[in-house]
Amino acid sequence: MNPALGVATGFWDQIFDFSDYGELISLVSNTLLAGLALGLMGGLVGIFVMTRDLAFAVHGISELSFAGAAAALLLGASVVVGSITGSLLAAILFGLLGSKARDRNSIVAVLMPFGLGLGILFLALYEGRAANKFGLLIGQIVAVDGPELGWLILVSALAIAGLLAIWRPLTFATADEEVAAARGVPVTLVSVLFMVILGLATAVSVQIVGALLVLALLVTPAAAALRVTSSPVLAPVLSMLFAVVSVVGGTLLALGGSMPISPYITTVSFLIYLACRLLAAPASRRLKSRLNASSAS
Amino acid sequence: MSEKVLEIQRATLTLGERTIWSGLDLSLEPGEFLAVIGPNGSGKTSLLKAILGRLEINPGSISVFGGPVAKARSRIGYIPQQRTAEQSAGLRGQDLVALGIDGHVWGPPIRSRKNRERVAKALEQIGAEELAKIPVGLLSGGQQQRLRVAQALVGAPGLLLCDEPFLSLDLKYQQKLIEVIQAHRRQSAMSVVFVTHDVNPILGMVDRILYFTGGKFLLGTPAEVLDSGVLSEVYDTKVEVLREKGRVNVIGLPTEAIHHHEFEGEGL
Repeated sequence: MNPALGVATGFWDQIFDFSDYGELISLVSNTLLAGLALGLMGGLVGIFVMTRDLAFAVHGISELSFAGAAAALLLGASVVVGSITGSLLAAILFGLLGSKARDRNSIVAVLMPFGLGLGILFLALYEGRAANKFGLLIGQIVAVDGPELGWLILVSALAIAGLLAIWRPLTFATADEEVAAARGVPVTLVSVLFMVILGLATAVSVQIVGALLVLALLVTPAAAALRVTSSPVLAPVLSMLFAVVSVVGGTLLALGGSMPISPYITTVSFLIYLACRLLAAPASRRLKSRLNASSAS
Repeated sequence: MSEKVLEIQRATLTLGERTIWSGLDLSLEPGEFLAVIGPNGSGKTSLLKAILGRLEINPGSISVFGGPVAKARSRIGYIPQQRTAEQSAGLRGQDLVALGIDGHVWGPPIRSRKNRERVAKALEQIGAEELAKIPVGLLSGGQQQRLRVAQALVGAPGLLLCDEPFLSLDLKYQQKLIEVIQAHRRQSAMSVVFVTHDVNPILGMVDRILYFTGGKFLLGTPAEVLDSGVLSEVYDTKVEVLREKGRVNVIGLPTEAIHHHEFEGEGL
């Protein structure tokens, strides 16, 4: 027997193993439910993260959410509540202080390492299970239990409902703040409301994919969808679909192996993005050359 | 008696220490077309912002359709000075225009057939049908400007405020803009406040001119304002207004006024 082949088989067995699959699925049905809720919410919120140019802010919010969760762990409080507190504080702060992209980026860049540092301090002080510590950074979706699941689904539903309610004014304020204000859109209120929704969405995502990988849910699916369509209805629908496929699909792929779940989710999400980019490239080249031709005439 | 579209009383606008204009009285009838001209920094754009409630006047009062502007916003169409869209994806031409109908209404972006037809018609009127399905971020300044015109008019406003709307439009679309504004005035007695540095292209439809200059202002019909004697008095030097083939040329403006006007030639 070829020893190299033996090593290779062991390697793949660790990553994919589909024996006893039915039994496993019933064990993780909670996780899948949470993944579904998270995917729907992440895909929807991601559209505005993209159009409002907030990707870096999302990263910053997730680090402060991590700090909040770590503080809660240390104090023996609910990790979900700690994480939501941290990300709401960050999101509102970024929303109020940085209405211009450049201001916002520097504020995020200043606060992010500070939050991450606090989180590391809290974790170092915490004496409980080490898996809890690591999970906050790289995800712990399998650990979602009954009451936490309830929380996650409730928060996701709230975020989705809130976003649908402010969708049109938020679109207007994003596209042209001056005209939106002239037409009576309360632009400041709408953008702060969006930051609150984004904070909730980030906190929930941190629970599942971990603070370091939140962008895979809140940015990548929307970025992929916006590559293939600019329709205001189709883009969010596709983005939600991509996010759900990434979370649920990634979870299902990960079940058998002994690896953490996050790399499966991030890889599926990345592959979808790659496929959309390749798919859209010829059409977008054609459109650009057509536009160049018509504006030159 | 018809409702006043716009009523400005004894209004003074101050920015920092500087008084931009003061003692402005102006009322606008339905269907009336007011051109606002004057050098850069004389307060033309600020007038629009004051009407929209974005700049505060003190003392004085401004009412729109007989009440505060906050109650009239859905009846105002606004075309701000041209600039490029910040958003690159997720919004096509027709989506941008549709925001002119329902962008201020809470809810998801589901639109009725009737509203989609209104959008299509507004795009057609300004000659922008081919931009309907193209992401806004890919469009040139002039193409985006046509969409802004359609967006401002799609809601059938009673008052249109526009700030140098000709800037990035070529002659063909300047003409289209004039046609579509005239159509709205005929059909729904829309009033227009039109800020411009060159009054010639719109001279045929202007009812009154508001001419800001160095803290002072003149208000009257084109014949009253664009008059050699009147302008000579304003500038305290010999200014001559020449009319030729429907165009107006002003000769002899002091150099700083010409400089501020950024004239091409000496058309006013």
